[in-house]
Amino acid sequence: MITFAIGLSIVLLFVVLFLLFRIGTLASIFRGSSQRAVGTTRTSNRVNSTLFLLFLIGGGAAFAWSFADSWDTMNLPLASVHGEWTDDLFWTTMVVIGIVFVITQVLLFIYSFKYQHQDDKRAYYYPHNNKLEIVWTMIPAVVMALLVFGGWKTWTKITSAAPEDAVVIEVMGKQFNWMVRYPGADGELGVAKHTLITATNEFGVDFSDPAAMDDFMPMEIHVPKGQPVLFKIRSRDVIHSVFLPHFRVKMDAVPGMPTKFWFVPTKTTDEMRSETGNPDFKYELACTEICGRGHFAMRYILIVDEPEDYQAWLAKQTPFAVQNPEVAAKFSSTSEQAVAANKTEKAEEVKSEL
Amino acid sequence: MSSTDISIHPDVHHAHEEHDHHHDQNFLEKYIFSQDHKVIAKQFLFAGIFWAFVGGFLSILFRLQLGWPEATFTFLEPILGGWIENGKLNPEFYLAMVTMHGTIMVFFVLTAGLSGTFANFLIPLQIGARDMASGFMNMLSFWVFFLSSVVMFMSLFLDTGPAGGGWTVYPPLSALPQAIQGSGTGMTMWLISMALFIVSQLLAGVNYITTIINLRTKGMSMTKLPLTVWALFFTAILGLLSFPVLFSAALLLIFDRSFGTSFYLSDIYIAGEALTNTGGSPILFQHLFWFLGHPEVYIVILPAFGLVSEVIATNSRKPIFGYRAMIGSMIGIAILSFVVWAHHMFVTGMNPFLGSVFMFLTLIIAVPSAVKVFNWIATLWRGNIRFSTGMLFAIGFVSLFISGGLTGIILGNSALDIQLHDTYFVVAHFHLVMGAAAFFGMFCGVYHWFPKMFGRMMDEKLGSVHFWMTFISVYLVFMPMHYIGIAGFPRRYYNWTGFETFNIFTDMNTFISLAAIIGFSAQFIFLFNFIYSIFKGRRATQNPWHANTLEWTTPVLPGHGNWPGEIPTVYRWPYDYSKPGASEDFIPQNVPFSQTQSSNLPSERDLE
Repeated sequence: MITFAIGLSIVLLFVVLFLLFRIGTLASIFRGSSQRAVGTTRTSNRVNSTLFLLFLIGGGAAFAWSFADSWDTMNLPLASVHGEWTDDLFWTTMVVIGIVFVITQVLLFIYSFKYQHQDDKRAYYYPHNNKLEIVWTMIPAVVMALLVFGGWKTWTKITSAAPEDAVVIEVMGKQFNWMVRYPGADGELGVAKHTLITATNEFGVDFSDPAAMDDFMPMEIHVPKGQPVLFKIRSRDVIHSVFLPHFRVKMDAVPGMPTKFWFVPTKTTDEMRSETGNPDFKYELACTEICGRGHFAMRYILIVDEPEDYQAWLAKQTPFAVQNPEVAAKFSSTSEQAVAANKTEKAEEVKSEL
Repeated sequence: MSSTDISIHPDVHHAHEEHDHHHDQNFLEKYIFSQDHKVIAKQFLFAGIFWAFVGGFLSILFRLQLGWPEATFTFLEPILGGWIENGKLNPEFYLAMVTMHGTIMVFFVLTAGLSGTFANFLIPLQIGARDMASGFMNMLSFWVFFLSSVVMFMSLFLDTGPAGGGWTVYPPLSALPQAIQGSGTGMTMWLISMALFIVSQLLAGVNYITTIINLRTKGMSMTKLPLTVWALFFTAILGLLSFPVLFSAALLLIFDRSFGTSFYLSDIYIAGEALTNTGGSPILFQHLFWFLGHPEVYIVILPAFGLVSEVIATNSRKPIFGYRAMIGSMIGIAILSFVVWAHHMFVTGMNPFLGSVFMFLTLIIAVPSAVKVFNWIATLWRGNIRFSTGMLFAIGFVSLFISGGLTGIILGNSALDIQLHDTYFVVAHFHLVMGAAAFFGMFCGVYHWFPKMFGRMMDEKLGSVHFWMTFISVYLVFMPMHYIGIAGFPRRYYNWTGFETFNIFTDMNTFISLAAIIGFSAQFIFLFNFIYSIFKGRRATQNPWHANTLEWTTPVLPGHGNWPGEIPTVYRWPYDYSKPGASEDFIPQNVPFSQTQSSNLPSERDLE
């Protein structure tokens, strides 16, 4: 019964609105609106042009207020060296485009208000002015050139080869979680192949490769503060993307094409906890390339330690081969040649394709 | 041209014969399988509006999920059925909705609905042609599009859902049904539908280009063409050159999915099994896709440029400022649009050197775009602006294009793209610059050319209510999205509550969803106005906006062949508005200089 009443009142509301619309139309015909060209009636021009002006003032104020209000929330705390460069460049560019934004929007709406139709007026016939065109082609061109230069310098530094002493960590995406592998004491990751993947050996590590014997797979990523960290990124099923928002790090994980990204963390998790005042603060790793049902839930924790704490943590880790001797044992029969063949493949691992 | 002139022309007989002949057409030939460009344009328009409501409705569904992640949606069960599980939206269906929203809006609404409608309607009318070069191909183009629409629409009702890998359908996700349900039959239908869609676009594009080059009326040189026609010309060229590349990408994807090839697949272990595919590259697909995908955003926005330029000039009662610069900037944009595609791929592991090159090329596009904006604003300056609804949307378009375009300067910078790639900053950027702006261009066109399409006017008051509600809600939706993007919120997330980092801005997301719902509701005002005005709108006069272009010299409702008598000859450019010395504030293109001696410029004296 209530549904019926609600339905009925909605229908009646529409009927009322429709009647109002008809009456309004008829009234305007009686007032003689049909005698004039569309868009030249006094009310429509005054109302719409005033609304544009109000929109400029009101909208501008609302934008300024909401921007200031969200400032602290939108600025994520920063914890990497290159993040400082990109954040600076971002806000510099923001200021540049902000200036253009304000000038153009103000002119657009002010002109709309100021030059609204008047019966006794005629527009100014002004078809072109080449000098003006050249000026407003050159100015954006110069500004763009500066921005391109700034961006290019930053980009080249960020994507340059990782330092020799970088801590190497392999990050692998899969549906729907991240897995990481450390090279262990020898500093070298063992060969891995997707055909060797099993329920326990999720990376498909080839344990006939001696370099694989000390590889370990922790449940959290630990990295030392102030040292370069090189992520070797891959995926074993669909494309994922490694995103560390606080470190301004993002790189796709592509099946069949290993990628990499290196950065220098500048704040330990503990430092960040005191800086943000949040005792539970954790650095998070998220996925930013649509990868299926669990795309929104690929969370992984990264912890930045003081270098000595990191060393202590490293010392506590047990290699996978030691934890799972039965998995490693299966590989002992594999011939030397297989390893050699895999080795050449591995040489290509760091190369970026295309 | 008044109707009394007609009788003295010798070929009036022929024209009448043609006219009479078509009166004999039955319903099917006249309204369904019509070869008349105006009917085909309306067919595209109706299809576009239908798809826009479907696409908009999908976005409201997923905005409900994003705005109220903790809520239960049992009330949606009657519509969504099994996709609501225990009151919760199925996450895969969420992705499918996002995918279909993108596909529908980009291809079916803003490509077919926008350029399909206005290229068909305006090209022959504005260049002074009786119809398209090939009416039959034109008809075929609509019906192939219709078929493609049917396939895409049917895929919405599949048990396993429509395609769900994002509108960019990156493999391996889109290639492997094991990875997501939507990559089963849903994806097959997506590919079939898109292949048909491309065929339709190519049939249409060839026709548009041929018509513009060959069928211009006497005196209509390329430099006397209205900017609409120029814009539609470039759009057609872009489509013709880039859609085949998407076709090849889709074809290879079909091979990978169905015939066991490895173009895009390599070293994959999924669903407990290692696949045998090796040597393929998922990045190859992205290169091919974006080689279409980037020109595609200009295919969407260029027609809007044209429509808006025309409407702004007409309603400011001023010539468009810098006609040649406007054409030049469109040429620049069209050419550059082919060499910037990889800015969508800065963080795919592509060689960083390529990243630098594409950053450079991408930021150059800002220059011609800026020139266009300055020219539009200069056209308004010292005008005598009539706020018709079309004009409101044109001004709104410029505002949205500025707001959305400027953030492109940030995203085109590869160093900045690292943090912002695939976040809501990107979503806000492209929704403003190619989504909302192109929609505004389309609305502007519909309101402005409605009288020529249906012989009646749309209601201006409802139009203005529609404009203001839409304009304000578009800003309320997409401005706050930038903040969320700066905070790093990733796209295509079912919810963000699992992350501490993204456990902020919950109220902001609710706010955005509310604004989106208001904006979507406002579209029903348009729908009512549109349908009501077709039947009951106030009758239009021949030239209600006092415009110069040729379509307004046709009868109120042009019949087959457009002009009952001879096609008018063109003497001047289309922007002689408020020329000093002229008696009216507009001089149509078909008025010879000999009749306007009082207003002719010194350079035009010898044309008298």
